[in-house]
Amino acid sequence: MKPRRLTSLSRQRRWALRGSYAALAVFVVLFLVPPFHMFVTSLKTSAEISGQAANPWLVQHPTLRNYIELLANEHYRGFFLNSIKITVVVVAVSMAISILAAFSLARMRFWGSGVLAAGVFLTYLVPDSLLFIPFFQIVGKLGLINNTWGMLIVYPTLAVPFCTWIMIGYFSSIPKELDEAALIDGASWLQILFKIFIPVAMPGIIAAAIFAFTVSWGQFIYPLAYLYSADQMVLTVGIISELIRADVFEWGKIMAGSLMAAAPPVIIYAFLMDYYVSGLTAGATKG
Amino acid sequence: MSAATATLPTRIRPQAGRFTRIWRRRSTAAVLMCLPLILLLLLLVVYPAAYAIYLAMLNKRMTAFVGMGNFVFLLKRATFHLVIFQSCLFAVSAVIAKASIGFTLAHLMHVIPPNRQRLLRGLLLIPWVVPLALSTLGWWWLFDPSYSAFNWILDGIGVPQVAWLGNTGWARFSMILVNTWYGSPFFMIMYLAALKSVPHELFEAAAIDGASAWQKLRFVTLPMMRNIISITVLFSLIVTFADFTIVRILTAGGPQDTTHIFATYAFEVGIQSGDIPLGAAVSLFMLPILAVASFFILRGVMRRNREMAAG
Repeated sequence: MKPRRLTSLSRQRRWALRGSYAALAVFVVLFLVPPFHMFVTSLKTSAEISGQAANPWLVQHPTLRNYIELLANEHYRGFFLNSIKITVVVVAVSMAISILAAFSLARMRFWGSGVLAAGVFLTYLVPDSLLFIPFFQIVGKLGLINNTWGMLIVYPTLAVPFCTWIMIGYFSSIPKELDEAALIDGASWLQILFKIFIPVAMPGIIAAAIFAFTVSWGQFIYPLAYLYSADQMVLTVGIISELIRADVFEWGKIMAGSLMAAAPPVIIYAFLMDYYVSGLTAGATKG
Repeated sequence: MSAATATLPTRIRPQAGRFTRIWRRRSTAAVLMCLPLILLLLLLVVYPAAYAIYLAMLNKRMTAFVGMGNFVFLLKRATFHLVIFQSCLFAVSAVIAKASIGFTLAHLMHVIPPNRQRLLRGLLLIPWVVPLALSTLGWWWLFDPSYSAFNWILDGIGVPQVAWLGNTGWARFSMILVNTWYGSPFFMIMYLAALKSVPHELFEAAAIDGASAWQKLRFVTLPMMRNIISITVLFSLIVTFADFTIVRILTAGGPQDTTHIFATYAFEVGIQSGDIPLGAAVSLFMLPILAVASFFILRGVMRRNREMAAG
């Protein structure tokens, strides 16, 4: 009786494994349909796209012309540059604010620090679509409408709360003995932060920085509402406004432009997947 | 405790001045380090939120105070009733779809040995990694009225073509489809993390007791994952409810304003038609549901932290 049950269990397990692989492969194919179709389209000329007889899922005469023309397009390069400059500054500012605050909230309890930590988490849940109208007025009063740098005011509100929240979690997991020993040796709080906490919590810092990067690179509603001239736009809104003229949709270029714009986050993800995933789950499993 | 540690360093370094001594006081340093965060929260979250409430009570030219006038006006309009209905339909069906697919994916993935999950997990997360505003452009092209690659397949198998974005019912379906595609990987990752934290012995014990797959799911997996499931679902509900990108790019609210959700309607009214107060009022309608969901998420997260601290 006993050996039979064991073999049936292991056979069952083998079939479950095969079935899982097969089902997951089907999901992978389904999930990659849109990016695949974008890629196929990006390799086509406008003539091939409008030739309706051919299979839209395949490319007859692949060409890189869409990519080359976009890279030569001054506006498109400008969108890319604007996206890079605003993202770099937002990541730097957000990380500075959240590391300092998280260190203080994780280690140096003060009056109201518990409330502040809960408040940080709640502001993470405030969506951009709730605040874009009052911000339109505020950014306008500051004279920063249609200015890429105006995004510097609004983007950190999306990145800082979550970064702070997960950094609190990472910092709290560092043993207290470490900083108490340093404190007795006469180290200042800043020394403890820079010499102990930041190096030890590096994985958490990378995860938080990736989050800030993704948020800032992919933001859509704020630039759509506040930026309207080509020299100030970022990638997410620039592609649509530049490549759709009245009723003329340059689909090949729109797809090529989107894929190139999606490349930085995808590349970062390819190399730092584990940090990315830990950042994703940290909000609920740490902190 | 804090007083003792605060005086200790000054004794070691007697040359420290008065400023340094205040700086070395734990609470002063702590508040200073939190100051940028506190300023950010007050000036860039609390103030705009309060300002939105104030704005929503002004008339279109922002010259007179109209109290609840904008809210009453909205509630009387048929278009806005559709917005409320559509926002709820969109959020609820998309979250159910995402949670079911994510849960299935996590379970399938959990069968595979952890060291061989990387490639599959990496590929399945791609929809979540590509910025939504860019991938939605790809979907938009797939739904194109004359060149839709989906319709080409339908033609091939002899099924009549579909006006993906031209017909209200199909447009709603398309939006939910895109949101599900985008959000399912997030659920998968969250559930997979939760599944991994369920002790393996529980499944072994259930298997030896002869529990069926359904019984294992019902009596082992679900109770162990209850908290993380509710946190993820509520979180996703907020994000989906407040979505803007998908609807804005795919239909911009059309055909005939039948697919607007709160955010896109607020954008059209507030930014495009220039009625800032009315737009602010539209987006403030999201506040009650967001507040309720946030409360339960925070409670769930706090409870989980306590459990993890105790365990």
